[in-house]
Amino acid sequence: MAIFGTSPKAAELADDITDFTAVRGRSLFRDALNRFLRNKAAMASLFILVLIVGFVIFGPFFSQWSNEEIDWVVMGDVKGMGGPSLETGHYFGVDDLGRDLFARTIQATQTSLLVGLIGAAMALLVGTFWGVVAGYYGGRLDSVMMRFVDILLAIPLTLVLILILVVAGRSFTALFLGLGAVSWLTMSRIVRGQTLALKSREFIEAARATGVSEGTIIRRHILPNLAGVVIVYASLLVPEMILAESFISFLGLGISEPNTSLGRLIAEGAGTMAYGTLWQLLFPLFFYVALIIAMFFVGDGLRDALDPKDR
Amino acid sequence: MTVLSVSDLKVSFDTPDGTVEAVKGVSFDIAPGECLGIVGESGSGKSQSFMAAMGLMPPNGRASGSVTLSGNEILNLPIGKLNAIRGADVGMIFQDPLTALTPHLKIGVQMAEVLRVHKGLRGAAARKHCLDWLNRVQIPEAERRLDQYPHELSGGMRQRVMIAQAMLCEPKLLIADEPTTALDVTVQAEVLDLMARLQTELGTAIALITHDMGVVARMCDRVKVMRKGAFVEEGPVERIFAAPEHEYTRKLLEAMPRIDTGDAPGQVSGKTILDVDDLKVHFDIHQKGGLFGRKVPLKAVNGVSFSLQERETLGIVGESGCGKSTLARAVLQLIEPSAGAVSWLGKPLNEMDRKALTRERKDLQIVFQDPLASLDPRLTISDSIAEPLKTHRPEMTGRERREAVVAMMQRVGLDPIMYNRYPHELSGGQNQRVGIARAMITRPRLIICDEAVSALDVSIQAQIVQLLKELQAEFGMSMLFISHDLSVVRAISNRIMVLYLGRIVELGDAGTVCDAPRHPYTQALISAVPIPDPEAERARARIRIPGELPSPLDPRASLRFLPSKLTDGEEAVYVPRLDDVGGGHLVAEHDPLERLLGRASV
Repeated sequence: MAIFGTSPKAAELADDITDFTAVRGRSLFRDALNRFLRNKAAMASLFILVLIVGFVIFGPFFSQWSNEEIDWVVMGDVKGMGGPSLETGHYFGVDDLGRDLFARTIQATQTSLLVGLIGAAMALLVGTFWGVVAGYYGGRLDSVMMRFVDILLAIPLTLVLILILVVAGRSFTALFLGLGAVSWLTMSRIVRGQTLALKSREFIEAARATGVSEGTIIRRHILPNLAGVVIVYASLLVPEMILAESFISFLGLGISEPNTSLGRLIAEGAGTMAYGTLWQLLFPLFFYVALIIAMFFVGDGLRDALDPKDR
Repeated sequence: MTVLSVSDLKVSFDTPDGTVEAVKGVSFDIAPGECLGIVGESGSGKSQSFMAAMGLMPPNGRASGSVTLSGNEILNLPIGKLNAIRGADVGMIFQDPLTALTPHLKIGVQMAEVLRVHKGLRGAAARKHCLDWLNRVQIPEAERRLDQYPHELSGGMRQRVMIAQAMLCEPKLLIADEPTTALDVTVQAEVLDLMARLQTELGTAIALITHDMGVVARMCDRVKVMRKGAFVEEGPVERIFAAPEHEYTRKLLEAMPRIDTGDAPGQVSGKTILDVDDLKVHFDIHQKGGLFGRKVPLKAVNGVSFSLQERETLGIVGESGCGKSTLARAVLQLIEPSAGAVSWLGKPLNEMDRKALTRERKDLQIVFQDPLASLDPRLTISDSIAEPLKTHRPEMTGRERREAVVAMMQRVGLDPIMYNRYPHELSGGQNQRVGIARAMITRPRLIICDEAVSALDVSIQAQIVQLLKELQAEFGMSMLFISHDLSVVRAISNRIMVLYLGRIVELGDAGTVCDAPRHPYTQALISAVPIPDPEAERARARIRIPGELPSPLDPRASLRFLPSKLTDGEEAVYVPRLDDVGGGHLVAEHDPLERLLGRASV
């Protein structure tokens, strides 16, 4: 039977197969994933988060009203007829103008999720880039870049946001730009600190001693090792962004009609709660609180999973 | 009458991967005034046995069995009762003297705390008692030290403070967990002498936990050899060393390189590949003073010249802070030298541009001390090994690269089945093999081993040294072997260079330097290295150069061995000459040893 093994093609094939018998290693990410899966609070929160996202995606199919239609029938007596009911099709009731609160809440949750994700994504990209460059190249460049961050950080976040919204007008783009412009600052500081610590590690020195180029060192060694910290911080940034946007909206700035966000709905609900239409406050508030708490727990779980040393 | 009696002690830990049994039922007794050595390699459970006995276990640990101190059961006592015993009846010293002292408390305050808790002493009385003990452990200027913070003291002094603190209540038992592992050999010798003196003067029993057979030979009366949570052999120290019964003990003793015997590889002659001429590396250190402070140059490497032949191994030894590692990095141009020239195969490395230097790096590789830290935790070991190939031979196909990596893994003794493993899944020795494979894969002509075996267990250390020797015989590379451990350096080097505060004090044939050192510093260093043989070790005369290792910032420090040239000025202007005493054996100019030792009594 030796004939089979002698042909070069077959030998190569056999080699290929034997190559794959190597044991699959347990990477740090795999370890982290296992730790995350064991964290009950984080897993429960993740489940809630999935439910909320599902609500945003599939909710409109169940909605009997669009978010813009005004139900003229109940509008006259919101307190009496506009409450949550299955018969009228207003599952969450109507708002003060007679619009369906179910559809409005979906729309608002969607906006808030978008704001959180885009704000965190901006921070992730800009902050990581800024921090890695400052930390890795160091020296004068580092000083200049980090002083710039210090100056921006010295100006209150909300003030900057309000200014941007006032100057550029109230629009989605302006809001995302505004949130993005302030969210990356802390991220860049964290990334820079981590990069500095990584830079002096022996495996980076080993790569430099081998003659690996700087760009490759950043790509192959620095960025993957930053990933844990960056992911954790970005996940905690999502609820922070939602909070910031809600605050701005609560003040009456931020997103303008007909668009809405959870902060805005809560503001409207809070304004009318004295007239006995408490559901206008409670429904958006429920989604808001559930979202924020779930996000924080997931972020916390990620931190426990990704850097177990810090606990 | 025994001080501490342990019977059938078992320690286990609950981990996510199941229960780990660290200690599997050990029994031993310690008599008053006796020194019991517990020897074993990392993970053998030697520290855990004592930690469990003293109730110092992490929350996931469990201990069973019986531990009696002077007849009273102490295992698993509530913390309140244990606290009365710990510190008063049992003192402990740990490996790292910096982390064992609270950084924000002054020495005097932390020492007095022990007295306040156990003896109710306060204020001036406590201070007097502390001062008394600092003097007994021979700390210079003890009065002043009481008001200093731990970071202001050197490693050796901190360890002496730890001993003084542990001895304050004159305990019956002193548990020393690797007390000298983090210290330089000369400091280690002093700390061991101190412990031996306390043992004879006060009759304190000592439990010495260590991996170093040399230390055991010097200190212990009885030895227990521990492996995988159980004792494999025990007996009086002379018997263990003269006629070890268990195979593991024999292996440990054989693996231990000895400075006094054994054959160092002889000289080799070949063409010179590396020539370092008057290399200097100075760092600017900020010091307080004036409005903005001032900059003082720290002369880490201060005019070092040497050359290296093909297939030759040059050992570089010296105590911490002598500039060994800085020298290695300056040779590789990882740190820019302040002055001097490094020429590699006749070409000046320090004048090359980036591109040319990257090309040369193919032939210049380095192996680091900490095997885990020198590998990227997010890369599989095969990716790490393949990295130099990706840089220097980008034309290779993935398949060729994989074959080269597998071949090199087999060559350094790694099973190719571990191809996709990550560094944290491997042991220290295996990771160091990965580091060596990464360095060897481009078939370099020079490898710098920066403390490459220092972090490994003795038996692994011997294997790695053997591997390096074999690789050298096979591939014919030259090596710069940097280590603080003279015995290891002797076993692998053709020539040895001794550094002291950035300067060469002695350079010569390995056998000559170790057997007939000429410079007082080399003599002191060699006489401080413990030999794993109780009779030879205890019969040896030790040469002690008086005083602490001075700060490299002190400009007068460089003339420590030439006080006759020391002038009254601030700066030490005189540079000791290197004289050839024959056969290429270079020795720095120095005053006679008698004079150096004599100055101490003045």
